[in-house]
Amino acid sequence: MKFIKYLLVGFVFGIVLTKSEAVSWYRIYEMFQFQSFHMYGIIGAAFFVGLIGIQIIKKYKLNDINGTPITIPSKEKGSFRYWIGGLFFGLGWALVGACPGPIFILIGAGFFPVILILIGALLGTFVYGLLKDKLPH
Amino acid sequence: MDFINQTWSWYFSGFMIGIIMIVLIFFGKTFGMSSNLRSLCSIAGADKYADFFKFDWKSQNWNLVVLAGAMIGGFVAVHFLSSSNNVNLNPQTIVQLSNLGFETPNGKLAPDSLFGNTAFQSPKMILILILGGFLIGFGSRYAGGCTSGHTIQGLSNLQIPSLKAVVGFFVGGLIMAHFVFPLIF
Repeated sequence: MKFIKYLLVGFVFGIVLTKSEAVSWYRIYEMFQFQSFHMYGIIGAAFFVGLIGIQIIKKYKLNDINGTPITIPSKEKGSFRYWIGGLFFGLGWALVGACPGPIFILIGAGFFPVILILIGALLGTFVYGLLKDKLPH
Repeated sequence: MDFINQTWSWYFSGFMIGIIMIVLIFFGKTFGMSSNLRSLCSIAGADKYADFFKFDWKSQNWNLVVLAGAMIGGFVAVHFLSSSNNVNLNPQTIVQLSNLGFETPNGKLAPDSLFGNTAFQSPKMILILILGGFLIGFGSRYAGGCTSGHTIQGLSNLQIPSLKAVVGFFVGGLIMAHFVFPLIF
């Protein structure tokens, strides 16, 4: 039963990303051509709501539902991995028009060739795991 | 039902994504979809090949449940809450896409040549989908997150590393959409 709430959150996430068309290959192309404000608006509004929410959580030192004080992990310091990893990610994102959440949402919606994207993404994750210690970070 | 079947506005959608992240934080979790790819690798046995996959993926089960919910949400939204006037693109975008050989959406989320079942018959499309996925998987683990973890949660939490990653995402995306697309499509 403890998983029901996560299933519900995911369900809402899947509907919102589909109905906002953030899962649409077309919308991603349009965004990278700067021909619509839509995607920038979605990202900007999510950022704005998140920013205010996190500031409130920090200011009032709120607890989570288990009564534990909320701590949001900071990202490790560094540069190279973020610039270069980000670059690789962006190339893939624009090519197939899907990031990790939408990959699953689209498969659920019945776009079966997206399974090939998932296979590629698992391979890419695996290869990163193999090379992690050899790559500059 | 019109207001549900039409394209949802950026402000409502963005607001909801922000709320979803805050809800996950209140559950004591974080908002990040690409970590699931690591869990799935571990479940499939990748821990035999690299230490990176030796971690307690069972503690991340909740995130796989979020994904399962998202898949159901996607199914419901596409099959019961869609209309043929969805994905109403900028007319200029439609012209450019037609020059690259892609049809007008007319309500579809993606072109048939890529995401329709005909894609399985084209070695070129199969290669593009696998390669795109590879870049996404490799890049998101290298950068330590994807659109959800960096662009939404990282930036909301004012993380400088996330800002660098997001700049990387956009530089990569712009290179692909402006310079590589005309070469491959």
